[in-house]
Amino acid sequence: MIYEVSNLAIIIFLFIVGLVLGLSFYFARKTKSAASYYAAGGNIHWAVNGIAFAGDYLSAASFLGICGMIAYSGYDGFLYSIGYLAGWVVALFLVAEPLKKLGKYTFADALDSRFNAKSIKLAASFSTLVVSIFYLIPQMVGAGDLVVPLLGLPHWIGVLIVGAIVIFIVATAGMTSTTYVQFIKGALLVIFSTVLTIYILNNGLKLTPDENYHKYAKLEAVVANDTIVSIPDPDYLLKATKVVGKLVFVQLEKNGSICWYKLNKDGESAVLDEMLFTTDHPDGSKTYNGAPKSEKKFYQVGHLSKIIVDGKEVDQTGPVGPFEFIKTIESSEIVRFTKKAFSNGDDRVTVWYQNVTKGTDVMKPGLLYKLSKAAGATFWDKMNFLSLMLALFLGTSALPHILIRYYTVPSQRAARKSTIVAIAAIGFFYVLTLYMGLGAMINGVLDVESSNMSGPLLAKSFGVGIFSIISAIAFATVLGTVSGLIVASSGAIAHDFIDMYLKVEMTDKEKVKAGKIAAFSVGVFAIILGILFKGMNVSFLVGLAFAVAASANLPAILFLLFWKKTTAKGISWSIVVGIFSSIGIILFSPTMYDKYGLVPKDAPIPLDNPGIISIPLAIITLVVISLLTQKDNSTKDFSK
Amino acid sequence: MIHKPATTIGNDNAAPKKAKLGVILFIAYTLVYSGFVLIGLTKPELMGLEVIGGQNIAIIYGFGLIILAIVMGFIYNYFCTRMENKMNKN
Repeated sequence: MIYEVSNLAIIIFLFIVGLVLGLSFYFARKTKSAASYYAAGGNIHWAVNGIAFAGDYLSAASFLGICGMIAYSGYDGFLYSIGYLAGWVVALFLVAEPLKKLGKYTFADALDSRFNAKSIKLAASFSTLVVSIFYLIPQMVGAGDLVVPLLGLPHWIGVLIVGAIVIFIVATAGMTSTTYVQFIKGALLVIFSTVLTIYILNNGLKLTPDENYHKYAKLEAVVANDTIVSIPDPDYLLKATKVVGKLVFVQLEKNGSICWYKLNKDGESAVLDEMLFTTDHPDGSKTYNGAPKSEKKFYQVGHLSKIIVDGKEVDQTGPVGPFEFIKTIESSEIVRFTKKAFSNGDDRVTVWYQNVTKGTDVMKPGLLYKLSKAAGATFWDKMNFLSLMLALFLGTSALPHILIRYYTVPSQRAARKSTIVAIAAIGFFYVLTLYMGLGAMINGVLDVESSNMSGPLLAKSFGVGIFSIISAIAFATVLGTVSGLIVASSGAIAHDFIDMYLKVEMTDKEKVKAGKIAAFSVGVFAIILGILFKGMNVSFLVGLAFAVAASANLPAILFLLFWKKTTAKGISWSIVVGIFSSIGIILFSPTMYDKYGLVPKDAPIPLDNPGIISIPLAIITLVVISLLTQKDNSTKDFSK
Repeated sequence: MIHKPATTIGNDNAAPKKAKLGVILFIAYTLVYSGFVLIGLTKPELMGLEVIGGQNIAIIYGFGLIILAIVMGFIYNYFCTRMENKMNKN
């Protein structure tokens, strides 16, 4: 997709990035000690920390990923909102206060507080690093996606800009600046998402999103014996027919230009529906709807084909209330654009065909995660759904960059209160994601090549001003989250591994320096991964990070807090098994097979989310190893 | 070297009671959450059933889970603060 770049967007973007950098400079002068670098000195107010939690948590996955997933798959995207928030319940009721009491700077400190075991330091620092990197990938992908319409730059430059700014932020100021950046950004994101939702409701529902929206052609076709014979319209020439599963795609030529249509048969009559398509040619070039990208023939999509209000069909509704909006979508029909790819000679063709979907199907689970027998759900489809919901529920309180935020407040009470502020802010935002996602679905704004841009592009349809602000905030969202993740990673390397595991003698100043060098290294690595994973939905990627975190870290945290027989070896092995089993399943999953260019159905493990296998495996490992190594505990005094 | 917390935290006599309350509320929420997942797994068609004001079970249950987490958070904080004020007087 080619986007018009606006000067206002660039000015607002530069202002917000400048604000973030200014804050970093200001707090850099205050960062003198390791306690200040890793834990903001433990003096952040609970309300500020609560909103900063929201800022950390409402990352690219929430605003870009969830909105995009809802825009393409309806309620199934909202499952992420429900699961992400539910995870905070585990954090509040089980983890927040005890973890605050046990830790110093990092998650490994807390795990190791009872044992002082080298194996825990190593396993926990490795786990922090792995989970943080898994979480970093989607943030970088999201950043790359954002700069394309915002600044008119290629994806990889966006990734590079975020990487460079964040390395600068973290290498100068650490957790204090990260906290205040997250506080400002978290608050702005919730406020402007509310504004965007008000725009959506005020705009109501329309059959034609705006006067410039593309009018899709419909052609009559003559079919005999299930084969297309001719096109009555003399302007079109029948070139080829391609059968992909149950779908029939037809290649036509009009005035020398190639186009693809989808055949829809209804009894004896047959019609051809226009599609969007891209063609990858053997010489490496790519065309969009049969023309080079610069000709702008590839347009934004997503509209309603039927609006029903009180049993009557209407063209538009006018402003609607929040419940009326959902109810009207449920009784209407939406045209989604579904992707299919196939080979045509030496060309690789990707089409997005019009898929008329009942509102009732959009507003319940099933479009992405097949659940009913009628939709052909298999055992593994159901396991995927269960695995996702389990990983989201258990993943939040195992994320290192979330856990370290408990060390920035002065007391357990403050840790609890900041968690509640976070739940309220995040919960409110997640309700808004449903409106923003559905708004994007029906307002003709979707870029079929990047679901991640649905929210910002929806904002663009309401005006450049709100688009610029929302995009700049989303960019700052990525900056803040990446900063937090890099602080967590640098803590894992410099504090847990070099200082605590290798026992390298360092002064406080040298420890901060080691942290900054580690931050730089992780930042560079994240930039490379962000470029490699271009095109994947960021919320899906974050779902994987949650599964790895829930498998590697959560059993260790919960058993340490609630089972007295837990041993150091039990914790260490549980972390190792959790990491390797979850990553192993991901690497052999259908989605990764698709990424490798292989056939997804050939994947040896038919699960996309590993939680349902890897979490129980980590728990069993912890229990069995702990029971086998009870004599280790008998030599220690845990009475305190 | 055993690590100490980032900030000095006084002895909290209410900690065991707060932990117990936390576990109870966690179990309660987990049951409600599991109900949602179970409907999705076993009777997905129920999710589309209209219940109140033209809204289906998926919407009511989904919004309900979000609101319930917020409400339970406030309840937990209220009782924890009371316990702390009562048991940590000295």
